[in-house]
Amino acid sequence: MDLKDKIVSSYLAFEDHLDDNSPLHDIRNQAIKTFEEKGFPTKKEEAWKYTSLKSILNQDYSVFPKQENALEYRDVKKYFIHDIDSYKIVFVDGRYSSHLSQTTHDGIDVCLMSSALSKPKYRIVIENYFNKAATKDSLSSLNTAFAGEGAYIHIRKNKLVEKPIQILHFCSGNESALMLQPRNLIVVDENAHVQIIERHQSLTDNPVLTNSVTEIFANKRAIVDYYKVQNDRETASLIDNTFISQKQESHCSVHTFSFGGKLTRNNLNFFQKGERIDSTLKGVTIIGNKQHVDHNTLVHHIEPNCESHQDYKGIFGDNATGVFNGKVVVEKEAQKANAFQANNNILISDKASINTKPQLEIFADDVKCSHGCTIGQLDESAMFYMRSRGIPEKEAKALLMYAFSNNVLSSVKIPEIKQRITKIIANKLGVNIGFDL
Amino acid sequence: MLKINNLHASVEDKSILRGINLEVKPGEVHAIMGPNGSGKSTLASVIAGKEEYEVDKGEILLEGENIDELAAEERAHKGIFLSFQYPVEIPGVSVTNFIKTAINETRKAKGLEDMPANEMLKLIREKSELLEIDRKFLSRSLNEGFSGGEKKRNEIFQMAMLEPKLAILDETDSGLDIDALRIVANGVNKLKSKDNAVIVITHYQRLLDYIVPDFVHVLHNGRIVKSGPKELAHELEEKGYDWIKEEVNA
Repeated sequence: MDLKDKIVSSYLAFEDHLDDNSPLHDIRNQAIKTFEEKGFPTKKEEAWKYTSLKSILNQDYSVFPKQENALEYRDVKKYFIHDIDSYKIVFVDGRYSSHLSQTTHDGIDVCLMSSALSKPKYRIVIENYFNKAATKDSLSSLNTAFAGEGAYIHIRKNKLVEKPIQILHFCSGNESALMLQPRNLIVVDENAHVQIIERHQSLTDNPVLTNSVTEIFANKRAIVDYYKVQNDRETASLIDNTFISQKQESHCSVHTFSFGGKLTRNNLNFFQKGERIDSTLKGVTIIGNKQHVDHNTLVHHIEPNCESHQDYKGIFGDNATGVFNGKVVVEKEAQKANAFQANNNILISDKASINTKPQLEIFADDVKCSHGCTIGQLDESAMFYMRSRGIPEKEAKALLMYAFSNNVLSSVKIPEIKQRITKIIANKLGVNIGFDL
Repeated sequence: MLKINNLHASVEDKSILRGINLEVKPGEVHAIMGPNGSGKSTLASVIAGKEEYEVDKGEILLEGENIDELAAEERAHKGIFLSFQYPVEIPGVSVTNFIKTAINETRKAKGLEDMPANEMLKLIREKSELLEIDRKFLSRSLNEGFSGGEKKRNEIFQMAMLEPKLAILDETDSGLDIDALRIVANGVNKLKSKDNAVIVITHYQRLLDYIVPDFVHVLHNGRIVKSGPKELAHELEEKGYDWIKEEVNA
């Protein structure tokens, strides 16, 4: 039985436990139907031309993990940003881990999707927001059908959340192969501010496939800073579907740091539903071996006077492959839009490759839109310059690569995250230098 | 300190150096002059270990050791410093971080610990004052948007920080106004000692009024065709290089 059939038949079993009267039931039924019709995307689809899921779909994934697994904090501490005080929502094999988490209901809700979906007091929020931003593509639909666990975050009006919120998904490796479908919902009310860090981490080399959906709603004047740290094992694959719906004068930024994993696909979608909105999409990708990272972004300018800034840097070694597909749509009403997009890449091996494609659809006539992509090698004259000052080849390369990504890092607002990313980069490049630029 | 014997070097099969012989002893300043295309910068790059240049014949000895097979950074660790004619811009790496990394990597190669931060700061302050470099300048990206004079001052600042045994100044005077020239020359002179040596590569005699050489060599067609005391530089300034060419051809 192939994975699709297995999933569809497990839905029938899953459905038995659902509340027939819940409005969610219809949404799920519709979603599994969509998935059943469309199936997993193939390279025949334009949006998946350069990313094939074939190599990760041939595993016999467990769709529902059998047993609960307790992890000790000391064993997984290193995957947290542990040098700052934070709220934590932690999952192990898709199940909530209360002793690793630190949630709250004190003026804000930092808790679980499972309770939000089942408890009456969250009903209105769920009705207003759940599945309202996610598109009805096959993978998001697949997630919607099974949506059961993940982070539920609701920040009330005027609330500035001083501690960042960390969302961690661990895979313990107790299943020989596991498919996870976390579902996160984040609602930030008027004039509120929140910072969120998300990470998926497999603890063994058993294959894991995560198909994650995160919906973020930034209401009027809300500020949301979101950091995705992707540094998983090379047996773990991630399809990350993130949908951000912004209201007027809100500012949202997503930084995606992609260093690990076997195959990573980031579907990052911004919808600007109000005036004077600011959307920022930044990313650093440093991969090698046979790793594959695909950034598929969409910024939909719907209303006038909005801005979007995209800046993605990629460094590809060995046989690594990268994809950047950045789509910007500026509707007729979205006059005075400022939309910037940059994608710069360095190939450090003859066998590495990157496919980069800006895609602009502009229907307004008074807009500023720019896009630029570059693909290059490390500057040889800079290498000789550095080496002639005593900096060895490996360190000189690392310094140049770090400098190349520094534009993106410099806009990270939490210093501890910046330090952590810097450390991961140094590790990834096999050097022991501080990069304290 | 440096001994070059019958050095032949080429780049992309084009022969550029055709039998250089040169000996530089500790405490000496040597000037290498010559018309454009005579091989001056190539000689500097070959000594510093630029990989595109192929040594076809001959040898370069630093304190008796053949450095042919050493990478550029290993030569730097042994005390060779090249001040670039065109310093490379490196966006995203600050002057301070760059020099810190260079110093600590050099120390690492010698089996030493990193230089303590306060010592590093003190050294940076001291040497930047010597070169009259503004503190703000040190946090800027290396050479990015620097004026010609700032780039060259920054080169000598790095030299001051690294304290090389053998410094090669490749056209350090080009692009400098008279004030910057004085500051740079003053910096070099203050760093001079009986234990180190300097090779000044220049097209013009101007810099040699400030950094006074013990010997002047004229490079032409990849060979040193004439050597003499500092007065030779004045003669070249007055009469140009044509008479040397004629002398060689005759």
